[in-house]
Amino acid sequence: MRPTSGSVKFLAVVVALYILLALYDFVLFQNVLYKFTELFFKVAPILVLVFVVMSLLNLYLQPGTVKKMLGTRAGPKGWAVAMIGGVLSAGPIYMWYPLLEDLKEKGMKDSLAAAFLCARAIKIPLLPMMIYYFGWTFTATLCISILIFSVIGGIIVEQLVKSE
Amino acid sequence: MDHKKIRSSLKRTGKSFAQTMPILFGVLLLVSMVLVLVPTSFYGKVFTGNEVLDPLIGAALGSIAAGNPITSYIIGGELIEEGVSLLAVVAFIVAWASVGLIHIPAEGLILGRRFALVRNGVCFLSAIAIAIIVSLVVELV
Repeated sequence: MRPTSGSVKFLAVVVALYILLALYDFVLFQNVLYKFTELFFKVAPILVLVFVVMSLLNLYLQPGTVKKMLGTRAGPKGWAVAMIGGVLSAGPIYMWYPLLEDLKEKGMKDSLAAAFLCARAIKIPLLPMMIYYFGWTFTATLCISILIFSVIGGIIVEQLVKSE
Repeated sequence: MDHKKIRSSLKRTGKSFAQTMPILFGVLLLVSMVLVLVPTSFYGKVFTGNEVLDPLIGAALGSIAAGNPITSYIIGGELIEEGVSLLAVVAFIVAWASVGLIHIPAEGLILGRRFALVRNGVCFLSAIAIAIIVSLVVELV
């Protein structure tokens, strides 16, 4: 991905939206800005975690290893790694895009990147809360279904992206 | 440990981060806006009671919603108490965590546009399929 062009344009569009909001309703703009600050400090530790994970992967994982484990010849182990990674990844989904980009550049296939993102619907720290609200049967069925559909979804994504 | 190797790894990660930072900031700004402009009370008002339409509405709402998934559980619990079907609530919760309409531009820029569109589309449909399975199992047990 190039640093300029798309990414900066995207940020510029969002900043323009903020300027419009400030002109339209300054109090609302202040509330949104306050929320942004709050959110930023909440996700900052996750950003640090992603940075550390990425640095360690850059240090120890060679592209050949990633290709072998998560590439076109990835077996059940590769799927397990992607899904467990997805389940364990904390914080907002977008914080993990840079890591996936890095892994994809090293040879990770699209199906496993998609499985990682789909499996994120399972949140281990929140499971007690889910059991409290919806019960054991619900929670167990939901988690198993999400894992199965992460594999199915991953395969479909791979096929559709490939067919471009 | 080879210091040169560590420095090179940190440099590579830093470069990758610097490239994606404008996108991550953009998404954070967008998410903050959605969190303030769309109050949680909004979610309960859009369900119709229709068994076919409500799961679609649930998945669509979950896809545009932003924030911690714990919020989706709380809203989901309240929606069930208000009489919204379990099918719709499950679709809402699953889509909340796996589909991100406001993240698609960022996902597209970082992981590829086609990948982002297909991945979100597949996860949207999966949310509805998972909702059907979970509702059937909960009803049977």
